[in-house]
Amino acid sequence: MIGLRYFARKGAMFLLTLWAAVTLNFIIPRLMPGSPVQATLARLAAGGQTVTEATKRAIEIQLGLPHSSLWTQYLDYLVNISRLRFGMTYSITDESVAHAILAAAPWTLVLVGTSTVIAFVVGTLLGVYAGWRRQTRVDSVVTVSSTFFSAFPPFFLGLLLLYFLGFKYHMFPLTGGYTPGLVPQLTLSFLGNAVYHSILPAVTLVVTSLAGWVLGMRNNMINTLGEDYVLFAEANGLRNRTIALLYVARNALLPNVTGFGLALGAVIGGSVLVESIFGYPGIGSLLLLAVDNRDYPLMQAIFLLITVSMLVTIFLVDLLYGLLDPRVREA
Amino acid sequence: MAIVPPASPMQTNREDVVAVVAPPLEVPKRLRFVTRALLTLWSNRKARAGLVILGFFILVAIFAPWLAPHSPTATSFRPYQNPNAVNWLGTTGNGQDVLSQMIYGTRVSLLVGLGAGLLATCLALIIGLVAGFRPGVVDDVLSFSTNLALVLPGLPLMIVIAAYLRSNSMWMILLVIGFTGWATGARVMRSQTATLRTRDFVTAATFSGQRLFRIVFREILPNMISLAAASFFGAATAAVIAAASLEFLGLGNPNTVSWGSILYWAENDNALLTGQWVLVFVPGLAIVLLALSFILINFGIDALSNPRLRER
Repeated sequence: MIGLRYFARKGAMFLLTLWAAVTLNFIIPRLMPGSPVQATLARLAAGGQTVTEATKRAIEIQLGLPHSSLWTQYLDYLVNISRLRFGMTYSITDESVAHAILAAAPWTLVLVGTSTVIAFVVGTLLGVYAGWRRQTRVDSVVTVSSTFFSAFPPFFLGLLLLYFLGFKYHMFPLTGGYTPGLVPQLTLSFLGNAVYHSILPAVTLVVTSLAGWVLGMRNNMINTLGEDYVLFAEANGLRNRTIALLYVARNALLPNVTGFGLALGAVIGGSVLVESIFGYPGIGSLLLLAVDNRDYPLMQAIFLLITVSMLVTIFLVDLLYGLLDPRVREA
Repeated sequence: MAIVPPASPMQTNREDVVAVVAPPLEVPKRLRFVTRALLTLWSNRKARAGLVILGFFILVAIFAPWLAPHSPTATSFRPYQNPNAVNWLGTTGNGQDVLSQMIYGTRVSLLVGLGAGLLATCLALIIGLVAGFRPGVVDDVLSFSTNLALVLPGLPLMIVIAAYLRSNSMWMILLVIGFTGWATGARVMRSQTATLRTRDFVTAATFSGQRLFRIVFREILPNMISLAAASFFGAATAAVIAAASLEFLGLGNPNTVSWGSILYWAENDNALLTGQWVLVFVPGLAIVLLALSFILINFGIDALSNPRLRER
């Protein structure tokens, strides 16, 4: 099979990048000044407790501070993550890192995943329209407003929505993924409640990420509109809509589709900022919780999860490209 | 004579451009180049708006001590005031004047945005030039690192590094953003260098015995300026937003006077729920405007290098 070499090369590249990312995740914390033990001791001391040599040893035992060589630590680390053992989190009592992540992941996947798909579809369609009607009023309204919103830090738009729609006019809840006291379950009333809570975060995510799709698609459209085959189609008397959708948009779509693949890979990383201001119980909030508590195991595991899901998605997109486009395979 | 921007900076004869865009002024060569670039940018409507906004912020940052009505750190006012005649934008929970904090904060936001943008662009240029000019092992290693850096998630990476470092000065934020933001630019510059390397004028320079250093800086680099400028303003946009985000999350130094730290304290004091929406709205809007000015300038640079995107 001709394409086999392409897939083999992509696979090897994927494994190499995966190894590099996993190793970086091991190295970064060890390069940084200070240790988790010192951090915990400092926190205890700040809380007014007396810190003795015994306390220090107790904490070392509790955290499992390694006295082995760096090399053995690295091998242990590789074995542990290959078995998905990430240790205990110390942000939540009696909870393993894996459990904490599993509980938060669905919230992020649904919220950010849905928002990403909506932003991609709406943004691309708007971009097609603006590019086709370039230099008209519709084009300038679409271009100017999406440029404007692309300059918005996500948390700022979120805070504005929260203030006006949540606090001033009481149309939406102020915080959380569901009304406190409800038990998360798969019933219609609970799902309705969760959707209601996710509207404001979703709107924030969609509006702030829309601009990239709109502007990218518009630029591709304008570039493609200058191609000779478009002129030829016009000379042949094809209908405008046929040219716009079947000739131009179809060819201009490819870069946006690549971008969509990457955006899907970034979904699990969620939006730390948006989750933070809306108090949404997802991965982003969990990461901030870990940072606040200097919870190294949780921080490392979340970072690993975000990176690996990105890598896997890029790998899948590459494979899909190879299947769809024979030119890529031969290059 | 109408100002006609050159079709593309890398294909047009340099003398022609100077003749068309800037009437022969008696200025040093380097200055003439800057004037020409500014004039061409100015002729684009969006870029002009961006330059005006950026110019405004730069002036505010320079003249902050004369513009600010009070000291930005003095806690001499009644806390939690809404806008009034003395404190035009109200006061913070510590009784500081918000308007003065906004004016002084411009310095930090500009410095972090431009500084981190510059750092990221320099890194991107160096890595891109070397990778594009040295195919083989060097290129493979650098391209691999670039792709790896592209994959690492931006904000989570910054948050994690900032959390590990625990020193939360403004410089730390600048360095973290600069060192995490170079990958996109490096990839573009690498491919540009790789295509330029095989052009005839570079081959001619090599055959005439010029040293590698000179070829890279005198032959290749001038052709990458519009790319570097676009990459700079892109990185600066991202840096302004990222710096504000990190400060907002409390990972900066909350005692530095900056737009992000005003937002941090506003969120800490629940300013929105106590009706002090000015504390959130004004710094947020300033961040939006600064980021917007960079984006608008980039539109002008895009139009310079891609004639199809130009306004008619």
